[in-house]
Amino acid sequence: METFIGKPIKRREDARFLKGAGKYTDDIKLPKMTQAAFVRSPYAHAKINSIDTSEAEKADGVVAVYTAKDGCGEYGVPCGWQVDFKNGDTMREPKHPLLASNKIRHLGEAVAIVVAETLEQARDAVELVVVDYEDLPAVTCPKKAMEAGAPKVHDEWDDNAAFDWCIGNDRAEVEAALASAHHVTEMVYRNQRLAPNAIEPRSYIADYDVNGDKWTLYTSTQNPHLIRLLLCAFVLGIPEHKVRVVSYDVGGGFGSKVYHYTEEALLTWISKEIGRPVKWTSDRSEAFLTDAHGRDHHVKSKMGFDKDGKIVAHLTDEFCAMGAYLSTFAPAVPTYLHGTLFQGVYTTPLIHLNVTAPFTHTVCVDAYRGAGRPEATYLLERIISKAAKEMDMDPAEIRFKNFITPFNGTTEPGYQTQVALQYDSGNYEGVLKRGLEMLGYEDFRKEQEEARKNGKLLGVGISTYIEGCGIAPSAVVGSLGARAGLFEVGHVRVQPTGKVQVLTGSHSHGQGHETVFAQFVADKLGIPMDDIQIEHGDTDQVAFGMGTYGSRSLAVGGSAIVKSVEKVLEKGAKIAAHKLEAAEGDLEYAEGKWTVKGTDKSISFGDVSLTAYVPHDYPEGLEPGLDFSSFYDPTNFTYPFGTHIAVVEVCPDTGKVDLQRFVACDDVGNVMNPMIVDGQIHGGVVQGIGQALLEEVVYDEGGQMISGSYMDYAMPRADDVPSIETDRTVTPCPHNPLGVKGAGEAGAIGSTPAVVSAVVDALAHLGVADIQMPLTPQRVWKAMQN
Amino acid sequence: MIPAKFDYIKVGSVSEAINMLEKHGDEAKILAGGHSLIPAMKLRLSRPEMLIDISGISGMDTISEDDDEIVVGANCTHSAIASSELVNSQLNILAQTAKCIGDIQVRNRGTIGGSLAHADPASDYPATILACDAKIEVEGKSGKRTIDATDFFLGIFTTALTEDELITAIRFPKVVNGSYHKFFQSASRFAVVGVAAVKEGDSVKVGVTGVSGTPYRATAVENAYDGTSSAASHAVDDVDVMSDHFAGEEYRSHLAKVMVKKALEA
Repeated sequence: METFIGKPIKRREDARFLKGAGKYTDDIKLPKMTQAAFVRSPYAHAKINSIDTSEAEKADGVVAVYTAKDGCGEYGVPCGWQVDFKNGDTMREPKHPLLASNKIRHLGEAVAIVVAETLEQARDAVELVVVDYEDLPAVTCPKKAMEAGAPKVHDEWDDNAAFDWCIGNDRAEVEAALASAHHVTEMVYRNQRLAPNAIEPRSYIADYDVNGDKWTLYTSTQNPHLIRLLLCAFVLGIPEHKVRVVSYDVGGGFGSKVYHYTEEALLTWISKEIGRPVKWTSDRSEAFLTDAHGRDHHVKSKMGFDKDGKIVAHLTDEFCAMGAYLSTFAPAVPTYLHGTLFQGVYTTPLIHLNVTAPFTHTVCVDAYRGAGRPEATYLLERIISKAAKEMDMDPAEIRFKNFITPFNGTTEPGYQTQVALQYDSGNYEGVLKRGLEMLGYEDFRKEQEEARKNGKLLGVGISTYIEGCGIAPSAVVGSLGARAGLFEVGHVRVQPTGKVQVLTGSHSHGQGHETVFAQFVADKLGIPMDDIQIEHGDTDQVAFGMGTYGSRSLAVGGSAIVKSVEKVLEKGAKIAAHKLEAAEGDLEYAEGKWTVKGTDKSISFGDVSLTAYVPHDYPEGLEPGLDFSSFYDPTNFTYPFGTHIAVVEVCPDTGKVDLQRFVACDDVGNVMNPMIVDGQIHGGVVQGIGQALLEEVVYDEGGQMISGSYMDYAMPRADDVPSIETDRTVTPCPHNPLGVKGAGEAGAIGSTPAVVSAVVDALAHLGVADIQMPLTPQRVWKAMQN
Repeated sequence: MIPAKFDYIKVGSVSEAINMLEKHGDEAKILAGGHSLIPAMKLRLSRPEMLIDISGISGMDTISEDDDEIVVGANCTHSAIASSELVNSQLNILAQTAKCIGDIQVRNRGTIGGSLAHADPASDYPATILACDAKIEVEGKSGKRTIDATDFFLGIFTTALTEDELITAIRFPKVVNGSYHKFFQSASRFAVVGVAAVKEGDSVKVGVTGVSGTPYRATAVENAYDGTSSAASHAVDDVDVMSDHFAGEEYRSHLAKVMVKKALEA
């Protein structure tokens, strides 16, 4: 019988995507639907003296124009994670209004919304809204935001701090260890701000049905159930059972579509006001200005070593931008998703991270592919590579000296870090050994030496990352400030014919759930993949869900489905035993049928399914039906790890970096579909390369964005990237039924420091020790000149 | 990304286009490939009330040989130029230039006439037009005239075209030894620096785009040329060098010298 786990099954969803037959929110056209367009602030910080909508209201096709005075969503959009000040003071949580009333706090903030019969009419009428702004000085840099006299984002507090936070060992103890260390390596840099750039911009349709007294919100989200909860319970105060949130096909998110945005709530409110459906789709310019950005950490770090290159202590201070308001998960990103990874894959005995998180006159910052973990990995991997140079050690050698020894998490215990978490299982030296072998490291070093003699600048960079994903145990995240649980729901509905519908609270926006989930369900049930349908993204179909982010779909959502499959088989066995007139204990299940051990007496899954729904000859006292839903709350995060190695050649004349090879050896636990894992690694690696070499959101001093289009914001393209060489080691996760760890973010987490270290390595003999990302030709050239 | 309201007419002849230009004055814009104009209109940075589409004018999209010259119709797309056998064999430098514009979609729509008339200071053709000493043939209400390449570019998005004129063709001498060298801006893939060099005997003609608001002939380089690449150090002599986020004045000046050196060595 054909099995599917571990095979590179082609994605079922790709046929419709490739044919342009996907169903994205903007593809949906409802009867009587209206179109919305926003009036957005051209200033980053301004007082609104007046708004005149009278001309816009009279314009052709205009149905309504709303401003803050119309009273929508009084409480604003809430934050989903609370991180209090170190001194115990409560996190400062400003109201995040759906429309700005008297103050503008970031470029592109919405001031008014025009609803019209057509999008063209809405856009034309937007230009007729007259807003009298009084431009005010802005602060866009989180470090400057904490300087005395910096312009304040929210007037109600003394300074711009939303909170501050620390983790790890006692600071004084860490400082003392650094003071007596044999060698201390320092780094000061920015982990620059990035725009997520999902190919599908955010798109929403709200539809109020007066007859059913029920709202439907179609939204391009990664997280339909959480959107419904926040929208109903916190923003609009409407009953949750009267709201359906639908998210069919979604064209990428990378984190940016996890959050509940003001526009979702505003459209929902408007649909009842006007009694008609209303649609808004962001254009690319709006996406740059209003989608939550990623990163923006200003870092100052010291790492101390003994004479053998063993790490003795690590101390870091960071300023991490929150933006103008607190987005849904923003406070978690530079704290619990970041500081908890400061152990890395090393035995560092003393660690302290101190974070100050200020408001800035910019759009909100929140989780972006990797969320806090790329920032942690970048710091650890760059500072260790820098230390190796300073101590005249090989970057691989210094890593081998510091690795946590391999542990499987079953017969050997998990590894307790200095920063709260306990790693599940790992073999960090294994992936580095394999990565070096894939590259041919020894030979490369010889080639590099020869090349240098000929004036060629070749460099190699190594990154050995770990990340925490499969988020997460609800009780753990609850104790860390999360305002939601992070379990998942998996529902297996067996039809009388033995065909299976699987409803999952995970949300696919490019991951391939329809294929991967069907692969393991097919194997567990011993039935063809074609007999299994995966459904997601509709709160009226799926009982509940916590959505997809943090590489959690398979580890958490998949585990919930496995639980339900097990319940189906358990009940099926009772029915089978009855039909076969055997004891349950005498049955075995394989290849889609129950067989009485040692005999040829058997009954198929299909026959048992039919019996469950036509229970004429049926076990006494057993309920009919074969339909189970399960909630799975993991007992720990999962900890994928890996080694990424980049080889670059730098043009000595122009500073342009040519990425020649990229080797990725990852360990994501058990692999369900290697093709999809490779795809995830490839995509993540390219995003990480984008951060290393190309991408940056740049705000000027006044808060204007000078990288607000693809003319100025450089995305990686096919010709920026070599063929990526991938391999894997497999260290199963010990605490979930599939033994999987997650692969969605690994590429973006591991790759960035490898690329930067490779460039620095190529220029090391010129005295270059570090270069600020992104490593544009201009920056690299300037580094060479100094 | 929806433009303000505008009217549209597709004209069948140059004279009809000129009549429409005259009638609508500065409210009108010529639409050729539309790859600069339409994005600007979608952002509402450009708001013409009348678009005069010249893409259907017959005879304006041909490439022909005229004795020692190659005549390229203004409506020729970049991809038509890049793939033209005539251009590749007799005016290879122009094919090289066309090949590195934008991407396939842009090259299939954008036209040489449109690009020149738009005069984006980071566009590619100006360097080559200048180095080749090409002549731009234009037609307006007062008839036809020919503008020398060196007289055509006046500043950022500014040319010697009058309001009622449009480019009909570009007349190039055949070029045996010419090459175009471009340093791409990593986001837009426009030229941070683009250098075209045409060598004839002991002399060289060098056109530079991307460096200054107005593309220029690097006469200081040409005068100092001694057959080696040492003259490249004069690439930005007396030039007002642009500065932006991607390349400040110092780096752009350096790049100009690097690219001129490459061109002289080619």
